Amino acid sequence: MKSEFEILKIANTRVEAEYLGNGPPLIFLHGEDGFEINSSLVSRLAHKFHIIAPRLPGFGKTQLQDNIRNIDDVSYIWLDLLDRLDVKDAVVLGFSVGGWLALEMATKNTSRMACMVLTGSVGVKFGGAYDRDIEDIYFHEAKTVRSMRFVDAEKDPHYDLTGLSKGEALALARSREAIAKICWKPYFHNPSLRQRLNRVNIPAQVIWGGKDRMTLPKYGRALAKALPDANFAAIPGSAHFPHIEQPDLFWGVLNDFLDRFNER
Amino acid sequence: MEFYHFTEFAWPHLPPEDEFTSARLNLPSSVYDPEKGADLLNMCLDQHVLADELGLNCMVNEHHQTATCLNSSGVVPLSILARQTKNARILILGNPVANLADPIRCAEEMAMIDNISYGRLDCGFVRGVPYELFASNQNPTETSERLWESIGLIQKAWTTHDGPFNYEGKWLHKRQVNVWPRPYQQPHPPIWTTGGSDIAHACRTVSNGFTFAMFLTPVDKLAAMFKGVRKWCRDQGLERPTDDKFAFMPLVAVGETEKEAREVIERVFWYVVNNKAEAQHRAPPGYVETSLFADFLSGRFTGGRTDAIRTKGMEYFRENHVAIYGTPENVVNQIKSLHKKSGGFGHLVAMLHAGDMDFEMTAKSMTLFGQKVAPHLKDLGSVSTSFGPLRKRGAKKAA
Repeated sequence: MKSEFEILKIANTRVEAEYLGNGPPLIFLHGEDGFEINSSLVSRLAHKFHIIAPRLPGFGKTQLQDNIRNIDDVSYIWLDLLDRLDVKDAVVLGFSVGGWLALEMATKNTSRMACMVLTGSVGVKFGGAYDRDIEDIYFHEAKTVRSMRFVDAEKDPHYDLTGLSKGEALALARSREAIAKICWKPYFHNPSLRQRLNRVNIPAQVIWGGKDRMTLPKYGRALAKALPDANFAAIPGSAHFPHIEQPDLFWGVLNDFLDRFNER
Repeated sequence: MEFYHFTEFAWPHLPPEDEFTSARLNLPSSVYDPEKGADLLNMCLDQHVLADELGLNCMVNEHHQTATCLNSSGVVPLSILARQTKNARILILGNPVANLADPIRCAEEMAMIDNISYGRLDCGFVRGVPYELFASNQNPTETSERLWESIGLIQKAWTTHDGPFNYEGKWLHKRQVNVWPRPYQQPHPPIWTTGGSDIAHACRTVSNGFTFAMFLTPVDKLAAMFKGVRKWCRDQGLERPTDDKFAFMPLVAVGETEKEAREVIERVFWYVVNNKAEAQHRAPPGYVETSLFADFLSGRFTGGRTDAIRTKGMEYFRENHVAIYGTPENVVNQIKSLHKKSGGFGHLVAMLHAGDMDFEMTAKSMTLFGQKVAPHLKDLGSVSTSFGPLRKRGAKKAA
């Protein structure tokens, strides 16, 4: 199946969106590494949905513009994107930072959303001041960070970056700079978000890697509990990216949720 | 040429190298012994008092959460030296304003020190090395902008004498700013910045009338930067910056014999060899240029200056003027040669102490430097007669 790409100008910001597949709309929000872009999950989903996958600024063909300082800023532009595309009753999938973005959007306006699925989502502070809810991916060495995020190190799409061309390396560098700009402090969360979660008035499925050590499963459970209508599911044999490490188990949980939602 | 004594107040009693991964950021403070540390801090301050007596100037700096530098605030030794020295210029290089919570507090502290020292302060502002982004938790993508915004605000705070002003900028928001006391030097103390390969930053520094300093840089790269700035000024139609707008810091040791100097420089070199750090702490995203960060991510760039220095021998560093050592006559010639090759600079910051060097060994090298090297070079290099931004060529005539 072939993707179409479009660059839209929304609120003076260039937004790159990918469209793929046919069916009801599905908003696909990738995470801080962009692993989900071009993944097998996207191909599977495209048989059931019309996927709308905007790239975070700094990924793909767009730069992170000066007017964007945090995920809150991005969420307003992404809500404008849903208006522009006149999306109705969309399923929203968010991964890690993409989950955070989904929450930021849903706490503001869910009128174009039907339900959402949050995988390894960050964005909320649950622990005390001395608790690190989300492990520091910048401070620790790459090997340690990988062991927090993957059960099987070789499943990391960034396991070996030495083969990157100059252009690919530059694109990766730009995307990491963009994420650092919007996630460095407060570290991968918005202190105001927790008290706004009551506004997420759509059903949600929280999916977590059972061995996630970047954001422990108890963080995922706390998130599910804090949302008005959410379930939690842990996927064994996976860490921060269950959709990459256990794609079939992930697919099963995702479809169970969507089936249950459709039966409502 | 002006000469400065420098020691980084480094903690030399490190565990065996294979027992720790980094001297910075994550080395537990249990490695530090307060009994020995108190002696070390005082010994380093004594060096600066001696520098003053020898007619040298003093430079202090700061780093955070690291054994490589026990000055976790440059303001503390600077305050002490404001009183304990009498004639030396006292240079802080510098205040990490990009990482500080409150640049106005910095403006106040510097103004106080300038008064206490009767106008002997040279005030550096730095972006901070990448490791500092973890200690300060400042966003690495913002530090260049924050540095320059802070410098502008501090200058404004120092030079506003008619009551409070308000400031609501990109990164800084201050209300009713009204700095007391104002600086002793008018309109304000000389400003310095440091830099690596960022030519735009260097040009901005010099064209503003500030001094641009580089540390431990091989002469070819030093010359490329200093000459690059001069060329940029020429292309912009600005007057040629004088040598005192440029500064350089090498490792320095002076001995009565070559052999003695060689033994001392090996001890100073300790600083370079023991500056161990973890790779990811050197390159938080957004700190270096995107292309350099891309090279880091894809393994094309692994070390940089410090690793290069570690792997090459001492003679290489003498040839490149990163290490300057020898008998007084020999050192004079090396500095003259460096001055010529670099395109010219007006301040030499001599790192004369590091590692486990005791006071006596350091004092001897310092004394030879102060008495038998510096006096032969004081007229080297051109000096600016005006303060403030570089003027357009011919502007003075037209005025």
